Amino acid sequence: MTNLLKSIRHNGKAVAGLVIMLVFLVMALVPNLIVSGNPATDTKAVSLGMSSKHWLGTTAFGQDIWLQVVHGARPALLIAIISGLLATVLSVLIGVGAAYLGGVWDDALNLFTDVVLVLPTLPLVIVIAGYFSQHSISVMIVVLVVTGWSYGARQLRSQALSLRNRDFLEAARVRGERSSYIIIFELLPNMTSLIVANFLGAALYSLLTASTLEFIGLGDTSSYDWGTMLYWAENNSALQTGAYVWAAAPGLCIALLAAGFALLNNAFDEISNPALRPVRRLRVATS
Amino acid sequence: MRFLLRRLGFFVLTLWAALTINFAIPRMLPGSPVDALIAKFHGRLTGAPLQAMEAELGFNNHQSMLDQYGLYLKNCATLHFGVSSSQFPASVDSIVGAAIPWTLALVGVTTVLAFLLGTALGAVAAWKRGGKLDSILPPLFVIGTGLPYFWIGIMLIMFFADINPWLPSAFGSDSDVVQGWNGAFIQSVLLHAILPAASLLITSIGGWVLTMRNTMVTTLAEDYIRMARAKGLPSWRIMLDYAARNSILPNVTGFAMSMGFVVSGAVAVEYVFSYPGVGYQMVQAVDNEDFPVMQCLFLVITVAVLVSVLISDIATAILDPRTRSAR
Repeated sequence: MTNLLKSIRHNGKAVAGLVIMLVFLVMALVPNLIVSGNPATDTKAVSLGMSSKHWLGTTAFGQDIWLQVVHGARPALLIAIISGLLATVLSVLIGVGAAYLGGVWDDALNLFTDVVLVLPTLPLVIVIAGYFSQHSISVMIVVLVVTGWSYGARQLRSQALSLRNRDFLEAARVRGERSSYIIIFELLPNMTSLIVANFLGAALYSLLTASTLEFIGLGDTSSYDWGTMLYWAENNSALQTGAYVWAAAPGLCIALLAAGFALLNNAFDEISNPALRPVRRLRVATS
Repeated sequence: MRFLLRRLGFFVLTLWAALTINFAIPRMLPGSPVDALIAKFHGRLTGAPLQAMEAELGFNNHQSMLDQYGLYLKNCATLHFGVSSSQFPASVDSIVGAAIPWTLALVGVTTVLAFLLGTALGAVAAWKRGGKLDSILPPLFVIGTGLPYFWIGIMLIMFFADINPWLPSAFGSDSDVVQGWNGAFIQSVLLHAILPAASLLITSIGGWVLTMRNTMVTTLAEDYIRMARAKGLPSWRIMLDYAARNSILPNVTGFAMSMGFVVSGAVAVEYVFSYPGVGYQMVQAVDNEDFPVMQCLFLVITVAVLVSVLISDIATAILDPRTRSAR
């Protein structure tokens, strides 16, 4: 654990990703610490530019954009983290299950994973979401989990396969431990970094897909998600009327949060795969 | 041969899965296409016309589920997709058929460009590991892969169409030019394609660069590279013939995976640019609750992705002798 913390501290990408995450976490947990007011309130001042009263101006409905941007962090993180977690649980169950059970089970689960993997996700997500008449956060999460687990399952399966015949697992089996004990206490702890990386990847996928769905009007249009903000900006011709901040700010937040997930994911990749770490030799030579 | 047969089997199985999902989803969820249609006609649709419509949509209450499924598969095989419910009585085939060439050209050209550019950049970055390019590119592209496609599109419209009115921001071509093989139309199409293509390129190129760089970094540590250096081969030959050639395989197999991502991205990008392709039509169909068009578009996109997966499998078999002997 201390080793893990140490390698995070020495990895610039991990630090940058963590700082971004922390800022958005504060926005999501205690938005009233940063702003005060209701994002739905109509201030009667329509389409204002940036000012000291309205930092990012107001929308065509007279709502404060900065207020909406801060309040948008909570649903964004909520969707990303919950669907990321659920998708990862599904990946672990199917991927590690397939590798550990082996034989016919492995063939069947692996084939199933491959089929889900190649189906184009966004069109599938749009089709599923299109049939739901109401678009709540829970519908969104279900759709994202159903389509987002397959990549992780494949990666986890191949790592579990390579671990399956190691001596320490053999020793546990000889000791007469039950399969459930071996999987939970012996196998999974050795896959922690890959599981964490998978969670980050799944969360990133969920964030981007959810934002896209909200943007094309398949989200909860009465909420203040960043994607929904963009939907209203697009529907009110924000770009054509010069309301550039309205179209830029929510997207910038999505991009920043996504960059946070992507940076952390990449950093975990480097930590778990020593071959990708920057060459130390070169650094010594230049200093 | 055996490898290809297996992949062909996988192709058929996945296609069947997609067809079945397409059949099952509307029947599992509340609110059938027929309900949407009845609501559209404000309940004035009853009796024989309603039954005709239901049959046209493949929802016949007098048939068992199995019969419906059989009929559905037969209709798909004979490319009979019925009529659109929002643009009634236009046939689904004509709507979808008109959209396919636009997407095929846009996605095809950008994917090939992203593959070539990304692989080259990744190879150079790995070759000069720790150099200027290698310290700038990978972090930039890590962030780039996290950018939402549609927002890049919005930003490009903002800078290159609204603030500086240099390029068109919507539709596939100017409405006043005649469609066909004439210079004016082709020029108009190319101009309109620049911004959507750029949004796809910016977000999709990162994957190629990172995969190529990371594989080639591993390859460069191999003994045969040191051997090539010891033989005194010119460094460009080591880079291209020894390192890059042996590292390109994951990118070729990744081609299939990335098709899915690019197609997904294209759906959002086409919507932003009102580009008359498959993705734009799909969002329109969802908005209008036009389920026949929606289903057909999902199938078309899935088949396109599956075909590209098959092509990359064949390419892998040609490039990598190990797969040919694999059982």
